[in-house]
Amino acid sequence: MNDPDEPSNALVRPYAVTRGRTRPRVEIAIEALVETTARGRDASVVGGREQQLIAGLCALRVQSLAEIAARMQMPLGVARVLVADMAADGLVAVYEPTAVGDDAVGTELLERVLSGLRRL
Amino acid sequence: MGFGGSDEGYRRPSGRVTSSKIVIAGGFGVGKTTLVGSVSEITPLTTEAIMTSASASVDDLAGVPGKSTTTVAMDFGRITIDQDLILYLFGTPGQTRFWFMWDELVRGAIGAIVLVDTRRLADCFAAVDFFEHRGLPYLVAVNCFDGVQLHQLEDVREALAVGAQVPVIPCDARSRESTKQVLITLVEYVLKMRRGAVAPSR
Repeated sequence: MNDPDEPSNALVRPYAVTRGRTRPRVEIAIEALVETTARGRDASVVGGREQQLIAGLCALRVQSLAEIAARMQMPLGVARVLVADMAADGLVAVYEPTAVGDDAVGTELLERVLSGLRRL
Repeated sequence: MGFGGSDEGYRRPSGRVTSSKIVIAGGFGVGKTTLVGSVSEITPLTTEAIMTSASASVDDLAGVPGKSTTTVAMDFGRITIDQDLILYLFGTPGQTRFWFMWDELVRGAIGAIVLVDTRRLADCFAAVDFFEHRGLPYLVAVNCFDGVQLHQLEDVREALAVGAQVPVIPCDARSRESTKQVLITLVEYVLKMRRGAVAPSR
């Protein structure tokens, strides 16, 4: 929207790559990690330029949904629809974040984060 | 590569990798991105969300040409804690009217850092309100370039009217070591709260 040379229709352009769909098939958290599967590494089965770029990006190292959106220079909502489609097609694996709830999982996570920070 | 039996390629946290996040809040220009960048293993990235001026939901945009939109930008960084655990630091959008984005940011988060500039204390009131309302543990980090006196920290605590249990600590957002200490202090505080050593902040 900031670049006057870009087509200015901010409503249509971002979601053109999702054919206008704004709702993802599954909700994916902003910090959820995405990794390209063996199937997703086979370029012949990945349709669409954006999906191919995402498959390439997440084959090198796992990336969060936020990183995919930032590196693809697309709004978060667009990246979420594309990644959800790719997950449904088995092209990427989506790893949900560990939410810090009131359970032992949360405590263990906090302890791991703490020792990791101390090692930095 | 073995991805097990899931047809949709969808993994639970028991899978190979998982992530967590800490939220960095504070007024515009207080140094949130500097703080993120001082400790992030990647140059801070920016991600954007779209909303209309009238609605918090992008879904309402369909077929409404001409409705004005706003792009909300968030800066974030990444710290690999372990091979299978990545921590993200998300800077909140500066303007508090973008609550819809804050909702998503705080969901499941470890806690929050409210970065404060003593010359513009009021800029962080909304963030403190928000985290207290949500019951999300937070600490106040006073960004100071020339050192800070203990009495200034107590002045900040009083001005923000935060409880005695909430850590109010000095920091230098430019310094990796300082930011690291702020993050460690937050996680230690959250752990203490969970063990019942500290009363919740609300």
